[in-house]
Amino acid sequence: MEFKFSEENLQKIASVQKNYPDKRSSIMPVLYIAQEQNGWISHEVMAEVAHLLEITESEVYGVVTFYTMYHKKQVGKFHLQVCTNVSCMLRGGYDIWNKIKDKYNLEDGGVTQDGKLSLEEVECMGSCGTAPMIAINEDYFENLTPEKVIEIIDSLK
Amino acid sequence: MHRIVLPDIKNLQEIDVYLANQGYYGARLAFQKSPDDIIEIVKKSGLRGRGGAAFLTGLKWSFMPKVTSKPKYLCVNGDESEPGSFKDRQIFEFNPHQLIEGILITCYAIGAQTAYIYIRGEYHKWIKPVQKAIDEAYNNGFIGSRMKETFGTQFSCDIFIHKGAGAYICGEESSLMNSIEGQRAYPRVKPPFPAQNGLWGNPTTINNVETITNVPPIIKNGSEWFSSIGEPKHPGTLLFGVSGHVNKPGVYELPTGTLLTDIIEKYAGGVINAKRIKCIIPGGTSMPPLKGDSIEGLKMDAESLRAAGSAIGTGGIIVMDEDTDLVKVLARMTKFYYHESCGQCTPCREGTGWMLKILKRILDGKGTKSDLDLLISIANNIDGNTVCALGEAAAWPVKFTIARFRDEFENRVNESIQIPVNNKVHSMRKTKNPIDNIEIR
Ligand SMILES: Cc1cc2nc3c(=O)[nH]c(=O)nc-3n(C[C@H](O)[C@H](O)[C@H](O)COP(=O)(O)O)c2cc1C
Ligand code: SF4
Ligand code: FES
Repeated sequence: MEFKFSEENLQKIASVQKNYPDKRSSIMPVLYIAQEQNGWISHEVMAEVAHLLEITESEVYGVVTFYTMYHKKQVGKFHLQVCTNVSCMLRGGYDIWNKIKDKYNLEDGGVTQDGKLSLEEVECMGSCGTAPMIAINEDYFENLTPEKVIEIIDSLK
Repeated sequence: MHRIVLPDIKNLQEIDVYLANQGYYGARLAFQKSPDDIIEIVKKSGLRGRGGAAFLTGLKWSFMPKVTSKPKYLCVNGDESEPGSFKDRQIFEFNPHQLIEGILITCYAIGAQTAYIYIRGEYHKWIKPVQKAIDEAYNNGFIGSRMKETFGTQFSCDIFIHKGAGAYICGEESSLMNSIEGQRAYPRVKPPFPAQNGLWGNPTTINNVETITNVPPIIKNGSEWFSSIGEPKHPGTLLFGVSGHVNKPGVYELPTGTLLTDIIEKYAGGVINAKRIKCIIPGGTSMPPLKGDSIEGLKMDAESLRAAGSAIGTGGIIVMDEDTDLVKVLARMTKFYYHESCGQCTPCREGTGWMLKILKRILDGKGTKSDLDLLISIANNIDGNTVCALGEAAAWPVKFTIARFRDEFENRVNESIQIPVNNKVHSMRKTKNPIDNIEIR
């Protein structure tokens, strides 16, 4: 599917590019804007970003694949990110991970059939003092138990 | 008690409240002095970096060339991805204007016209208050070209936020610069150092968020005031983030040199169910872990921790009680470093993967006694042989956890021989993507 930035987003891009001395350096914010519009970074998105920034597609691909937060495939409407790093693990992070996997029949990187939920095991999110935690899209949910997590996920609309 | 970075003032994140509490007064004072004077004051204060290495801040600033035709830059490191660290986000949320004021003073001291605050991408919620504070400061003429009128100076600077996208390595300073430049964020070989050849090849200083936030009070109250707080060789306060098996985990701002046992008992509410501490990591997972029975009388500052065989790091304290499975902890930590290795150097890229495979094998009850020495040998081959310090960060936990808790690891591999092997056939070589499939449960 072809990808073109919306007018509004082209303006956003022009504005963010003022923060950098050259076009190329704006690639990270530009990719975020693209992801917001398209949901994930497809090959068409990369081609358009390359075109816009006047760099090669492989350079864009190189940047996209370096970072975990650019989605290389479609994610669910609600992207569940479960931290299992040490501080969370000590407070039951894996109980939450396993509970979500079992209950929604998801593997790491998986998406439910209805496209509602996707799951990712993530590294420390900087919430170790309120562990265990998960993030859903951009929001943090902290001090969790497996029961609470399920309650939260089931209430997502 | 001294609260320098997170003063106990309600709604300090609001610009009005900040201004009512001598906000931006430090910048005013600073601009009346020469940049060299500022560097001298910060040097004398003894302020050391809060990002991990505790390097002298004033000294770092003095490396910036005084005369150059190139633009100069400040990068403020808010990548905060070291497991066990969650302190900079407190500043973003509760005291962003002091961070901004610190940036203004630092830019003035080193002659930078542009500063980037690098904030990890997951911190959406904490990017907002910083952006709001920046916008307010621009509107009030504290940042940007209007600074000249506000402060009556020739100097002005701009501040931008650069949002990361989920890569621990971007906290490493040269990787951080590559990330701002829009490259794959590989760490650079040093020398050349950033002060000579940094962002887009220009002179650059990189400092942690907490470091910079300490600067305005130092300018306001003087270097002697600061150097008299805490330990003389590592003065000031630190934001200690306590997590793991304690009753009241959280961030506590305390003078350097505070006893580790006091932090745990008096502030973090003691260990859950009053259990004994088996292991404690004093400064984020990259720092060597200590035995729970070795921390009596241990002060939390750079020198004391070095003497105790660890390091202050980011002040992220992880407490593990007597029931903790250290094999599992070490395997999980190693999985992190394996995942975050940028892959540039063979010892780090391959070594982290091999250490993870072996630890997983031990965890699954299939380890052998020689595995322990093999792990240490791999760690030794990483340590000191890589472009950046992620290599050490991956090697140290393995080396020191096994050395300091050898019994637990030996018991585990001894048990392995007697227990019938779990029959889930999981040959790593046969799976398509062998290591990525490893799960620690
Ligand atoms: C793998 C790695 C990750 C790092 N992550 C961070 C980080 O998240 N935040 C930080 O301030 N420093 C981090 N550092 C240290 C920085 O390279 C740099 O030393 C620091 O930002 C300098 O600031 P300071 O002198 O104020 O401490 C990291 C270093 C390494 C090797
Ligand atoms: S030590 Fe590891 S993370 Fe650092 S540059 Fe080498 S491969 Fe990359
Ligand atoms: S370990 Fe989970 S947020 Fe830090």
